Amino acid sequence: MKSAVVVFPASNCDRDAATALEQMTGRPAHMVWHQDSELPDVDLVVLPGGFSYGDYLRCGAMASQSKIIQAVKAHAERGGAVLGICNGFQVLTESHLLPGALIRNADLKFVCRSVALEVDETQSAFTRKYDKGQKVSFPVAHGEGNYVADEETLNRLEGEGRVVFRYAAGDNPNGSSRNIAGILNEKRNVLGLMPHPERVVDPLLGGTDGRAMFESLIEALS
Amino acid sequence: MKARVFVTLKNGVLDPQGKAIGHALNGLGFGAVGEVRQGKVIDIDLAESDAEKARSDLKAMCEKLLANTVIEKYEIELKA
Repeated sequence: MKSAVVVFPASNCDRDAATALEQMTGRPAHMVWHQDSELPDVDLVVLPGGFSYGDYLRCGAMASQSKIIQAVKAHAERGGAVLGICNGFQVLTESHLLPGALIRNADLKFVCRSVALEVDETQSAFTRKYDKGQKVSFPVAHGEGNYVADEETLNRLEGEGRVVFRYAAGDNPNGSSRNIAGILNEKRNVLGLMPHPERVVDPLLGGTDGRAMFESLIEALS
Repeated sequence: MKARVFVTLKNGVLDPQGKAIGHALNGLGFGAVGEVRQGKVIDIDLAESDAEKARSDLKAMCEKLLANTVIEKYEIELKA
């Protein structure tokens, strides 16, 4: 599986993502600057966590207007996989590659800890190596992860099996509607999630629950 | 021409910051304060003399960048 990580000014999980990708796939990820207008020939594009453009205006709003996003949209349009983690998820909603929006955490606090998640959907290139209903623990680190969308959109996401990760009951760290932690687009090739799977691929870093996501992608895209 | 754009959350979208401001005002003794909603004001200098053109440009700016219309609404005020 060939992969690329987009680097925006103030991305800060780009190297975590690249390290996880290299460790899992055995080949280095291409690092792509936001002002580039083309992506290398890759199977997966990762929009990493961070605070692109200092979160000015709205989280992900400025990044969604950067040159590379046009190439990311074209890649998604061709069926290429896109994974947006944390700020990357915010960029995906601001770019309208995913529905809804991520607003300020309900309790206004920046939350930085591991959360319990449930894998709600395994029919995707991102989660096929997980079991349906599997409990996993991923870290979160965000101030604006409160997923909102209108009722119709939420019903549709659930009805079409596009809610991939949910915060376990009682462990919703941000007030997200229906405990939503991660969603797919209609074509199921774009996933956005607030928790960080790339931070749990090595036991030295406190967990390995994220490995199955990369194993899923490798199996689906190689 | 000068423009002022107000960007606020749509009705029904939770506004945690507005809520916190409301609580703080109550805490300061302003007991009459009920619901508080907050938003942004963006002032823009525009090199455009045609008000109609300015308005349609500003609308495009709001739709494209200044507001996230999934959750926010906007109002445009023009001053000559």
